[in-house]
Amino acid sequence: MSNELDLKLKIWRQEGPAVDGKFETYDANGISEDMSFLEMLDVVNDNLITTGEVPIEFDHDCREGICGTCSLMINGQAHGHEKATTTCQLHMRKFNDGETITVEPFRARAFPVVKDLVVDRSAFDRIIEAGGYISVNTGAASDANLTPVPKEASDTSFDAAACIGCGACVAACPNSAAQLFTSAKLGHLNLIPQGQAQRFARTENMVETMESFFGSCTNHGECHEACPKEISLDFIAFMNRDYVKAKVKNRKLAGQK
Amino acid sequence: MTTTATKPSGSTPIFQQKRQMPFPLNIYQSAIGRKWVMALTGIGLLGFVLVHMIGNLHIYEGPAKMHEYAESLRTLGGGLVPKTFVLWLFRLGLIGMFILHIHSAYTLKERSRKASDKADFVGGNKKYESKRDYVAANYASRTMRWTGPIILLYLIFHLADLTWGFVGDGWEAGDPYHNVVNSLSNWFIAIIYIVANIALVIHIFHGTWSLFQSLGINNPKYNKLRRNLATAFAGIVLVGNLTFPILTTIGFINEDNRVCPPGDLECLVTQAEAH
Repeated sequence: MSNELDLKLKIWRQEGPAVDGKFETYDANGISEDMSFLEMLDVVNDNLITTGEVPIEFDHDCREGICGTCSLMINGQAHGHEKATTTCQLHMRKFNDGETITVEPFRARAFPVVKDLVVDRSAFDRIIEAGGYISVNTGAASDANLTPVPKEASDTSFDAAACIGCGACVAACPNSAAQLFTSAKLGHLNLIPQGQAQRFARTENMVETMESFFGSCTNHGECHEACPKEISLDFIAFMNRDYVKAKVKNRKLAGQK
Repeated sequence: MTTTATKPSGSTPIFQQKRQMPFPLNIYQSAIGRKWVMALTGIGLLGFVLVHMIGNLHIYEGPAKMHEYAESLRTLGGGLVPKTFVLWLFRLGLIGMFILHIHSAYTLKERSRKASDKADFVGGNKKYESKRDYVAANYASRTMRWTGPIILLYLIFHLADLTWGFVGDGWEAGDPYHNVVNSLSNWFIAIIYIVANIALVIHIFHGTWSLFQSLGINNPKYNKLRRNLATAFAGIVLVGNLTFPILTTIGFINEDNRVCPPGDLECLVTQAEAH
């Protein structure tokens, strides 16, 4: 049978965007070690509701690590201390009985707190809108393998496309920079033939939108460590290269190889 | 709830995008472009640091050769250009690179500070309630904002000490060997040099690796070498530069066997030729 944990939680409570928040301490007793971190919060919320208190707001959706909705800075680390996991995939067996766990929202000026642990990450949507797509005429599905894609390139593109846009990179970054997110979104389109037509316009637009919201990269590498999808820092280098290329290149010749 | 519904502020930009300046100035308008400038000027300054260290090794050849080396810097370009012309080109280039490097670093730091505003930006880093446990960021990368200003202050002190002769007595124009021994045999000044050079090496340890990322030089075939290069470069500069203050303070570099009196340049020239 599974063990049970008694925990103390220090949780950020904030009523709304314009109100000052503060930390509140809660007891979470009898937590099964098989629970996920979010299930543990569900239990705490159940108790709060029973005692007539306002439950803790937190973001969650798929609870299987693919949607990028859950966030949470757990003991100072985005999605907790486990590598390559989202908060919903973090099991309580990774914590010790009697431990005090500090839970904060992701922090950056572009991620204002909506309520408690929920932050508004719509700045990411602005970056995607600026160019995170390819323009093709839809119609009947084209033949498979119509466009040859080198295996290494498609693999790398997939690695970039694994980004779920959770914002852990920004939360972990001492500069609140969104380089890892933006470079992943650029990378998965810019590295394959289908994305070439708009490559430089896309890079320019997405980078400049990113820079209107976020800080500047200093190559610490904290984002990669925090990333639940282990997006590589290589993509940041690719983005830097493409951005200056976009500024220098004669786009009248963009059709040439 | 009585909280009024407000438009989420996450959708409004923090920094206004300015009108694009003509090429190539528009590159410097963006943060990524500024990182390029930082990396390129960094390469120039790293080159200077290395050449400066190697050139200073002439001190082990004695006062005459040291003077000859200093003089050959002034007469770079030979008879084709006026004396010190090429030297001044290098100096102006270095000053320009230094200004661009510092300006881009400062403005980018300010940008990051503003982007972390609501997150209590403390001592150059944003702060969480629970102690931030850095996973990847090393000591060098986290202290760039402190080692940088230390290097600037040290540079001013270093120029005042050995180029302008403002610090202490006994400075002689054109006799670097004497000036180095005169200055660094004071253990207090030697400690300033040692501490500042350690700061310099910490700064370039991160810079040498980071510049590859900023310039987008990334290839799995040689990515590992970038860190090795940074370690090797920092190590060589550290060892080379620290020998001067340490060996002078302990008396290994001294003026005991000196033939020419300090500042007698003609004597130094004749002695170097006799070598």
